[in-house]
Amino acid sequence: MSCQRADELIHGYLDGELDLARSLEVEQHMRECETCARAYRSQTTLRSSLKDDSLYYRAPEKLQKRIQSSLRKEAKSEVFPRAFGWRWLTVGASLAFMLLIGVVVWRFVPRSIRPSGDELLAQEIVSDHVRSLQMPGHLTDVLSSDQHTVKPWFDGKVDFAPPVKDFASQDFRLYGGRLEYLNNRTVATLVYQRRLHYINLYIWPAEQAVATGEKTTQRQGYNLIHWTSSGMNYWAISDLNGVELHEFARLVQQGPLW
Amino acid sequence: MQKQNKLATFEEAVLPHLNAAYNLAHWLTRNDTDAEDVVQEAYLRAFKFFGGFHGADGRSWLLAIVRNTCYTWMQHNRSPELSVPLDDELHEIESKDLDPEALLVQRADTLMVRQALEELPIEFREVLVLRELEEMSYKDIASITDLPLGTVMSRLARGRKRLQLALTNQMHAEVLS
Repeated sequence: MSCQRADELIHGYLDGELDLARSLEVEQHMRECETCARAYRSQTTLRSSLKDDSLYYRAPEKLQKRIQSSLRKEAKSEVFPRAFGWRWLTVGASLAFMLLIGVVVWRFVPRSIRPSGDELLAQEIVSDHVRSLQMPGHLTDVLSSDQHTVKPWFDGKVDFAPPVKDFASQDFRLYGGRLEYLNNRTVATLVYQRRLHYINLYIWPAEQAVATGEKTTQRQGYNLIHWTSSGMNYWAISDLNGVELHEFARLVQQGPLW
Repeated sequence: MQKQNKLATFEEAVLPHLNAAYNLAHWLTRNDTDAEDVVQEAYLRAFKFFGGFHGADGRSWLLAIVRNTCYTWMQHNRSPELSVPLDDELHEIESKDLDPEALLVQRADTLMVRQALEELPIEFREVLVLRELEEMSYKDIASITDLPLGTVMSRLARGRKRLQLALTNQMHAEVLS
């Protein structure tokens, strides 16, 4: 075993995380190499310095009370999600009626005016955006503001190379990336942050290489912009206002204007 | 009725780990008030997602949420801590930086250790706290920090070396003064 290899394995050994064969190899190496043996002894000293009870922060008593009372409030709001009353029953009934009308109309309208692919996709994207913000840890698979970390992360995970740029100096900070399954395929998703708003930017190769201009829509209070350029489809969504999201879309398409 | 049971089951499974949650949050935020806020927020999040918890290990499950909450909190507060790219290579210290004659031979003073550990970059600090103070296995640390096992070991190795370097330098400085 080389000293370089032992240098790291000593830590696994110290933590009792090596299998028997590896442990024996490390022991053998330390018998032969005084430098590594000393490094190991020094690490055991460091460990004993860390085994000090006063380094452990214990929660103040009031914190437990504070948490318990906020949990009770939360539990109550789960049992009675807002005040349930007759008003809601009326709302429910009218929704059901509208749904019925909808189904009837749907059956009789010609195919051509039914929602297009874009509209269905927009709905899919809104749901995905909401889900990404709801689940802890779901927003990013790779958390980094460094484009040179995020871009290679997609290698081998998708069959295309999404353009990854950070616009921190324009105050659209790259926050990370993740994979999503949308529009029946795996798409690259970049996450940007502006103040407290997150922007999800979905990218996947376009079927036709024809570039299209920006199209904007609004759904459930979210702004969406989509376009096709350089053979890629782009969809950006955020709760950010339309003007700023448009500014973001322009940056992605043209890069920063100096 | 069922909801009340949810609260009771939750408190039984997760509340005993309050100290572990607070310890981790404190080491990550390095501040009493922030640690308290983060822990409270993490418990609320944990409660909302308790349905997804299947009773394996309440402590690891909670600590993963605490860690996520800390990171979100730091993002929102634009903590300079996260502006350093999480690229391991940048933090590499060469073995040659460590003078073999200057290895730690005596136990360091607690105040010194606390300060040195607080000053470590967050990605080393978190694995060291989970390993040394919380005494968790590599497997648990890997699941909390969402890192591969090998990375856990190499971060521990690098973190310990940095800590050792900082402490040795400090102890030398003290001897000299």
